[in-house]
Amino acid sequence: MLKPKRRRLYLVIVSGLCLSAAVGLTLAAFSSSLTYFLSPRQVAAQHPAPGMSFRLGGIVQAGTVQTTLAGQTPTTHFAVTDGRAAVPVVFTGVLPDLFREGQGVVAIGAMSGDGVFHADEVLAKHGAAYMPKDVEQSLKEAGKWDPKFGPPPPASTWNDMKVGS
Amino acid sequence: MNENVLSRAVPAKTSGWLHYFANPGRFLRFVQPILPWAAGVSLILTLAGLVWGYQFAPADWEQGDAARIMYVHVPAAWVAMSGYAMLAVCSLFSIVWRHPLADIAAEEIGPIGAGFTFVCLVSGSLWGKPMWGAYWVWDARLTSVLVLFFLYLGHIALIRAFDNKTHGYRAAAILALAGAINLPIIVYSVQWWNTLHQGNTISLAGGAKIYMTMLYPLLISTLGFYLSFLTMVCARVAAAVCERKTASALLAAAERG
Repeated sequence: MLKPKRRRLYLVIVSGLCLSAAVGLTLAAFSSSLTYFLSPRQVAAQHPAPGMSFRLGGIVQAGTVQTTLAGQTPTTHFAVTDGRAAVPVVFTGVLPDLFREGQGVVAIGAMSGDGVFHADEVLAKHGAAYMPKDVEQSLKEAGKWDPKFGPPPPASTWNDMKVGS
Repeated sequence: MNENVLSRAVPAKTSGWLHYFANPGRFLRFVQPILPWAAGVSLILTLAGLVWGYQFAPADWEQGDAARIMYVHVPAAWVAMSGYAMLAVCSLFSIVWRHPLADIAAEEIGPIGAGFTFVCLVSGSLWGKPMWGAYWVWDARLTSVLVLFFLYLGHIALIRAFDNKTHGYRAAAILALAGAINLPIIVYSVQWWNTLHQGNTISLAGGAKIYMTMLYPLLISTLGFYLSFLTMVCARVAAAVCERKTASALLAAAERG
């Protein structure tokens, strides 16, 4: 016969394992709906039906941004890429301040029949690397990183580098 | 079996080191003299971290001054999660070893932890609007932290919901332990799913993706937040122990007549 303390400990451990398994399986099953956005590769594979609303996320492809002004409202054409596939996007309205080539974005909208994603809203997804402007400049000048083409090099190469001044 | 667990009002005697360190009287004697010093040091550390971060640390290359919200947001988030981990550990001690001090600690951690979670949510929201373009999105990271906030609120309500305090302690401990599953979900949400929230800057594997002059104020502010949290929890637990001592002294006096 187990001591009550022991029995309660085992009960907690077994319940914990069961609960973790249940939650793990549930999250795995609902994984696709827990994802906030689809990447261009997923869009290319799944072909969401035209008009069906979803979120598209990726990097603004360098050299694809074109803005035209109709009166006061700008319309911007750009492509969102994940390095393997790219989806052309058109958005009418004011973009977030962080929007630039190489910036992560999440666009909310739907595909149209011609294969262009019509965004109703564009959110900027900023990176997880924090550095002063002069560190970014010197990485750029050293040719180690161009923010246009994605995230910075491994942190250990810059998080304690000496900058000029 | 459950009736048996819930109706036993007198905690079972614990043995060994566990008993030594979790004795309410010893806790009071140990904590009360330290409290003013701990409060002073946590205030100084928090202020130093925040002043350094907001005044002297460089602005971020990409987000400019807006990134300075991290000196509040990140420590608040870490403390919110660590606080919940502490709550879960106390609940384990409460359920398995029936320790009275663990019950009191669980009751007192709740409101403080909820406060830090609230600071994390609000500061994150104020950061999200200028950078992302939205105060709130339902991505996995934000949603799981909101769930953490609701778990804290549920725990606060449940532990106080019974006339017989012991019933509240047991029920709330089960909620706290079950809710602990949310902690790894919060931490790994940014890796398991696509989220609008950025990935982890500081992780155990790989260097910190943050420049050192921005890292130091962040660490100091984090230390300040952690110490503030511990000080507030210890002060509340000490006050609760004193309340119980007073109540039982009054009861004893009334019985003597």
